[in-house]
Amino acid sequence: MTAVDITRAAGRSGARDTFNVMLRELRPVARDPFSVIFSLVQPLVFLGLFTPLLIGTSGESTADTLAWFVPGVLAMIVLFGTGATGSNLQYEMMTGSHERTLVAPLSRASLLAGRALKEVVPIVVQVLVIVAIAWPFGFRANPLGLLVGLVILAAFGVGLGSLSYALALKTKDREWAFWAVQQTLIFPLLILSGMLLPLDAGPRWMTVVSTFNPVNWVVQAERHLMAGDFAHAAVGWGVLAAAATAAVGLAVGIRAMKVSD
Amino acid sequence: MTTSIIEAEGLTKQFSRGKTTVDAVTDVSFTVEPGGLVAFLGPNGAGKSTTIRMLTTLIPPTSGGARVVGHDIATTPEQVRARIGYVGQGTSGSFAQRVRDELLSQGAFYGVPAKQAKARADALIESLDLASFATRTVQQLSGGQKRRLDIALGLMHAPPLIFLDEPSTGLDPQSRANLWQHILDLREQHGTTVFLTTHYLDEADRYAERVMVMDAGRVIADDTAPALKATLAGDAITLGFASAADADAAEATIGRLAERATTRPDATTVAANVDDGERLLPRLIRDLDAQGLAVERATGVPPTLDDVFLALTGRTLREADAAHETTPTPATEGASS
Repeated sequence: MTAVDITRAAGRSGARDTFNVMLRELRPVARDPFSVIFSLVQPLVFLGLFTPLLIGTSGESTADTLAWFVPGVLAMIVLFGTGATGSNLQYEMMTGSHERTLVAPLSRASLLAGRALKEVVPIVVQVLVIVAIAWPFGFRANPLGLLVGLVILAAFGVGLGSLSYALALKTKDREWAFWAVQQTLIFPLLILSGMLLPLDAGPRWMTVVSTFNPVNWVVQAERHLMAGDFAHAAVGWGVLAAAATAAVGLAVGIRAMKVSD
Repeated sequence: MTTSIIEAEGLTKQFSRGKTTVDAVTDVSFTVEPGGLVAFLGPNGAGKSTTIRMLTTLIPPTSGGARVVGHDIATTPEQVRARIGYVGQGTSGSFAQRVRDELLSQGAFYGVPAKQAKARADALIESLDLASFATRTVQQLSGGQKRRLDIALGLMHAPPLIFLDEPSTGLDPQSRANLWQHILDLREQHGTTVFLTTHYLDEADRYAERVMVMDAGRVIADDTAPALKATLAGDAITLGFASAADADAAEATIGRLAERATTRPDATTVAANVDDGERLLPRLIRDLDAQGLAVERATGVPPTLDDVFLALTGRTLREADAAHETTPTPATEGASS
């Protein structure tokens, strides 16, 4: 067997570690790309069964309804996909493979950041697939708006994924605690984002609470970007909400990884 | 500058649980020279894993310290990590990863160049009999296959020292024997220092060159298995006679020659725990024969490490394990978290 120069392993850069951790996380995705598609069942159900209801209630055209609803579904993909990703880490903590990576000469920050950044890949694939499916039904997106929208969703997903990992690190082997907290948070975030139904029809307190919900700003920014309305203030708020989620998520996640054993 | 590959000095770990403090490991000091095969033997909850977790930088000691492969575990843990392999009690491979992919990722984590990592992964797949399922995911493997992958992962960066925490627990006897053959082969080929924990007596006895017996967080004996057995436990000899009268008559002679107290398991049998039983037994039979006392049955059972543990702690390893299971302490929760 070939000898290995062990001095290479110590004192390496955090960026390289992060890249290697991300690459490892992407291997199962690359080996089994359909797993990314299969996880689209839920958003497709919403798209197929909820859109007719929206059309029937509002009386608007299919194209107009999709223009309003698809951006919300895209945010939903990110919310559900990255919100649950911590459960993988939790399982690896219970089986022992996470412990193995803690003994490897990798910075603790890279163990979190590499996992979080991996989320970008399924997000991009899933968003493009949903857009492609909605297109024949009359959905149209401004190409540049879609591109900027993807960047916002990716940043938001990295942040949310980091928070999900932080929750896994905190709840350790208590799987029920992870899901209890995750489910408690995800549905209010979903409903108070106005992605399924407009919040205008709700009571005043709901509108007030929703202004503090980053998902709400991301959804609104996506709607304006897809419509090519780049100058709208909501786009700025969406960028800010996604960037803030990414920054806070990574900070909280890295801290949780550093104190974990 | 010493050449020891492990130097532990006063390693101590306390876990606090609410208001109570549990001493998981207390004042453990030892050195290990390169190339050795050393085993921590002890019941569950003895502090074996906690000690290994300190040496592998997973948890910081409450007090005391250690140098592992020349680097301090507290001040330069990244240098220690780069130079050791670690196989924990769990499964090192992630459930969704393919066997070969996981080896390549491990190589990247340790800075092994891609080309070299591929060659190394293939060589390990070959030598650990992983070839027929190299493209399967970890969750599809059997227990023995998973364990062999764990060992391959631990050796991916060719560390001079590898820690194995309960490497064969949960495997069937054949997989255990097979795993051990791999460990011994790899050690012979690469001169890797192997430090392991086990609560299987026969493993420590057969394979380890040095056995450190741990109980209640302390190392209570440290020597080669034969030396431990010779100094701490004797051979059990029993002699059977045709009648109780013969046994009565023989008991005095046996006690005198053995220089030990004798017991009577039944009326026609005399037993004693003796040093150097394999030499004493033929001599006893000859001497008794000369006195006209015919020995009808004779057995001499060499001591096991369980006898050593019994002599040291007053209980067998199995009793200690059973006692631990009925009264779990936070020490093991800390060790396995």
